[in-house]
Amino acid sequence: MQHNVGDFKGDLSFVQISDSHIGFNKAANPDVTATLREAIAKVNALPTPPSFVLHTGDLTHLSKTEEFDTLAESLKSLKTERIFYVPGEHDVLDDNGEMFRERFGKGAMGDGWQSFDHNGIHFVGLVNVMNLKAGGLGSLGSEQLEWLEKDVSALKSSTPVVLFAHIPLWAVYPQWGWGTDDSEQALSYLKRFGSVTVLNGHIHQTMQKVEGNVTFHTACSTAFPQPQPGQADSPGPMKVPDDKLRQLLGITDVNFVRGTHSLAIVDSTLA
Amino acid sequence: MKKARWILGVVLTVLAAFASVAVTQPGAAKAGDQSASVEVKIDNFSFGPASLTVAAGTTVTWTNNDDVPHTVVSDDKVFKSKALDTDDKFSYTFTKPGTYNYFCSVHPKMTAKVVVR
Repeated sequence: MQHNVGDFKGDLSFVQISDSHIGFNKAANPDVTATLREAIAKVNALPTPPSFVLHTGDLTHLSKTEEFDTLAESLKSLKTERIFYVPGEHDVLDDNGEMFRERFGKGAMGDGWQSFDHNGIHFVGLVNVMNLKAGGLGSLGSEQLEWLEKDVSALKSSTPVVLFAHIPLWAVYPQWGWGTDDSEQALSYLKRFGSVTVLNGHIHQTMQKVEGNVTFHTACSTAFPQPQPGQADSPGPMKVPDDKLRQLLGITDVNFVRGTHSLAIVDSTLA
Repeated sequence: MKKARWILGVVLTVLAAFASVAVTQPGAAKAGDQSASVEVKIDNFSFGPASLTVAAGTTVTWTNNDDVPHTVVSDDKVFKSKALDTDDKFSYTFTKPGTYNYFCSVHPKMTAKVVVR
């Protein structure tokens, strides 16, 4: 699955960025706007410009207007046709995601879920950071699940499907809340498809798992790293030596070559 | 006699001082004392103490010591803080006895409770 950037010249190229946390200014990275700009420069330098970019949430740290402003302003320099967003839990604080949806979720349904087709691939953006229950994990909720079931029901089983959402749709480490309570229900609607790719953020590190027809992948943050599961007292921002930070931040380049079973996912760090 | 009365006075004053210190100690609030207050710290994605017993009338103040925002939300929405950034505080005065389970709505694995007697 892993290839060097530039190895692929497929039928479709897109990029995932995640967890920009604009507004965060603590020791783990006092300048998250600078590292976001470096990530954007990295995308702009790709040999094949991405058809579009997916931002898998936590655009901001505290859902503040000025944080959304900085994010939007920074991403204007991204050389791509369009950016699709799903919210992270940091984007929906205090207002149930109203500002996020108004600015970054135009045309989306419900809490911000959406689907679109590109080059024969079906993309579905899911929201699993709303109405979280005490003691629970990420949650999609029955309304969104019903919508998803309908959304994919008319597709041919040979259609490659890409799901993207903030919190992992697999149990990465439930003790830290790194999973989604009703993700199995969502994936049950996709069993008949030959190729399903699930792209998530939230855990600020890359991780991959293949289970049957489904490839799960999490992206790096552009802001700060988090510890590996269980390797710290909590999943909070991880302070690393300054010269190591950019080795733990990055972008994810995804390429699709028609006729191949799965998408080629290439992670590259800022340094 | 005069001296004994003076000593008794001193002893009573000291006892009174101890008593007033006692009600301001965390977790030692007495029923009916409206000014009692107790602190809960949010550290490393957990509430401490996770289980707290207070008298009715006690004000509980939560302080977020983490680098990420947390909230303090009771399961049945009796109280609900805004997102607390680093060092932000939230207070709630418990007037009715009962068990109040609460959690962080941003990181719902974080759960704790306040028992009001």
